Amino acid sequence: MKILVCISQTPDTTAKVSFNADNTEFNGAGVTFIMNPYDEWYALVRACELREALGGTVVAVNVGPASNETVIRKALAIGADEAVRIDAEPQSAGFTAAQIAAYAQAEQFDLIFLGKETIDYNGTAVGALLAEHLGLPYVADASRLELQGHTATVERDIEGGVEELEIDLPFVVAAAKGMAEQRIPNMRGIMMARTKPLKVVEPAPYTEWVQTVRFELPPAKAGVKMIAPDQMDELVRLLHEEAKVI
Amino acid sequence: MVLIYAESPRGKFKKTAFEAVTYGKKLADLLGTDCAALTLGTLTDDAGGLGRYGAGKVYAIADAALDHLDGQAYTAVISDAARQLGATVVILPNSSGGKSIAGRLAVRLQAGLVAGVNSLPVVEGDALRVRKPVFSGKAIAEYRMVSAVKVLALTGNVIRPEETGASVAVTPLTAVVPAGRIRVKSVKTQTGRVPLPEAEVVVSAGRGMKDPANWNIIEELAESLNATTACSRPVADTGWRPHHEHVGQTGIAIRPNLYIAVGISGAIQHLAGVNSSKVIVVINKDPEAPFFKAADYGVEGDLFEIVPKLTEAVRRFKAKN
Ligand SMILES: Cc1cc2nc3c(=O)[nH]c(=O)nc-3n(C[C@H](O)[C@H](O)[C@H](O)COP(=O)(O)OP(=O)(O)OC[C@H]3O[C@@H](n4cnc5c(N)ncnc54)[C@H](O)[C@@H]3O)c2cc1C
Ligand SMILES: Nc1ncnc2c1ncn2[C@@H]1O[C@H](COP(=O)(O)O)[C@@H](O)[C@H]1O
Repeated sequence: MKILVCISQTPDTTAKVSFNADNTEFNGAGVTFIMNPYDEWYALVRACELREALGGTVVAVNVGPASNETVIRKALAIGADEAVRIDAEPQSAGFTAAQIAAYAQAEQFDLIFLGKETIDYNGTAVGALLAEHLGLPYVADASRLELQGHTATVERDIEGGVEELEIDLPFVVAAAKGMAEQRIPNMRGIMMARTKPLKVVEPAPYTEWVQTVRFELPPAKAGVKMIAPDQMDELVRLLHEEAKVI
Repeated sequence: MVLIYAESPRGKFKKTAFEAVTYGKKLADLLGTDCAALTLGTLTDDAGGLGRYGAGKVYAIADAALDHLDGQAYTAVISDAARQLGATVVILPNSSGGKSIAGRLAVRLQAGLVAGVNSLPVVEGDALRVRKPVFSGKAIAEYRMVSAVKVLALTGNVIRPEETGASVAVTPLTAVVPAGRIRVKSVKTQTGRVPLPEAEVVVSAGRGMKDPANWNIIEELAESLNATTACSRPVADTGWRPHHEHVGQTGIAIRPNLYIAVGISGAIQHLAGVNSSKVIVVINKDPEAPFFKAADYGVEGDLFEIVPKLTEAVRRFKAKN
């Protein structure tokens, strides 16, 4: 088994979101960066479990600058065997997918994992873009994956339910909650990660069709209106007449 | 022209399809062009009814090979139709189905893609400026799409379906459907409640409930409001409630009209999944609970007393209206 896991770096879930002076870039000053939780907890861990059961290699790939290497080393500490960093600032989902595709094309992976979405740019887009570049099937929002020889059984979360699918390798899958349990890297993993290979590759040329214009913060809430616990009829009246939601 | 893929899981349109058509019609008007909808697979609903939401034409590829979602097969037929019809914008819902195909369509049509758009674009010559929430709803990003063809995946519940037109005749399209590589074995759906991502009213509860056996008061409140139930992450993690109810940064992100949070502290990761709700009501005994800062209405006190009172008040209201 040769498995690729796409990992992204995102601001910590508690990070304060702010932007530079002209609102064109996220302000990373004082922000802790983490591995995107879906990539770490679900995609990477399931990939490592499959490798442990079946043998093979897990490669973690990241499109990002050298400052992402702390997060990449964490992927190695959790269990990836090697890592590849495509040396470019990810500009858009289209850019990221094209870069990963250019690298993966030559490598013949049996299975490619992603997280179901990034918690920063919330694209929910890289998986399907990547799969189409590679001409492979793609399962979004997968909450379970079992392998039997060459065939996988996958559960895909759909609105209000799950769909059970059968699909032959190779394919691309985006991991959601349920796929695996979070793993905390142990001391041995952290030590080993230091010597595992981390290869840096140059980005492929790309024409950008989606330009970031600017960011803004949502309008602030007007403030909470407190209602006394014995005034529930009044709350219902407000929800009906003032808020117009019931 | 603007082409809308009107999804129809298991043969029926959902609100997402009507939202996408309504959105597509408004965008077509802004662009001064036509708007057409495309349906795939065998339908039990009437495809022509999409005309009521503004589709000038409805095309149907009624091939049973398309009854189940297969991203590659769907992409092949939608992109062929888009080319044949000369579509410059393709719109689809950013639902579980839409996420499986939006990126594929963009690659196939050499189009720019923005997934998760939450409002109508601004037209700038041949370019479109679109907006979408980022950082789990903590900010909004504006993008400029400059490709000849553009793919937009629309967030649910950001536009109300509007009936502005009349049913139209359905034009059948023939298509070469490539063999799918995904075999659907079974589909399990919960019956009864509206699925969380589509719900307009959500009643959500957290650790303040103390015990899973106490959830009957939440169920009753939800019942009275015809709402869907949700929960915080620790509640799903400990198995008090099913995983599909978990909302937040690492669960489902929702944007109902009304979100009622009961015994939930309002941690930043929880808020990330619910702060796009139109109106938030918080019931919590701790006046310092961070959730009050994100709320429109707040009730400070013991949920075990307040929730049943609120349910009664809702019932009285519903009986009168
Ligand atoms: C990376 C990461 C991702 C996360 N993702 C999510 C996520 O997606 N969704 C999520 O929900 N959480 C998430 N969390 C967890 C989050 O940080 C909080 O721990 C969690 O939301 C707290 O759940 P809670 O509000 O139910 O419980 P608590 O924080 O324990 O709050 C319980 C609340 O109930 C109130 N209460 C107690 N008794 C009563 C009573 N009788 N009457 C009225 N009020 C009462 C208390 O005052 C308190 O405010 C994440 C955390 C991390 C680190
Ligand atoms: N810069 C990146 N490098 C590697 N993988 C990425 C990157 N950005 C996104 N991904 C992968 O694509 C998934 C979906 O991202 P998105 O489409 O942005 O929601 C993530 O969960 C990652 O697995």
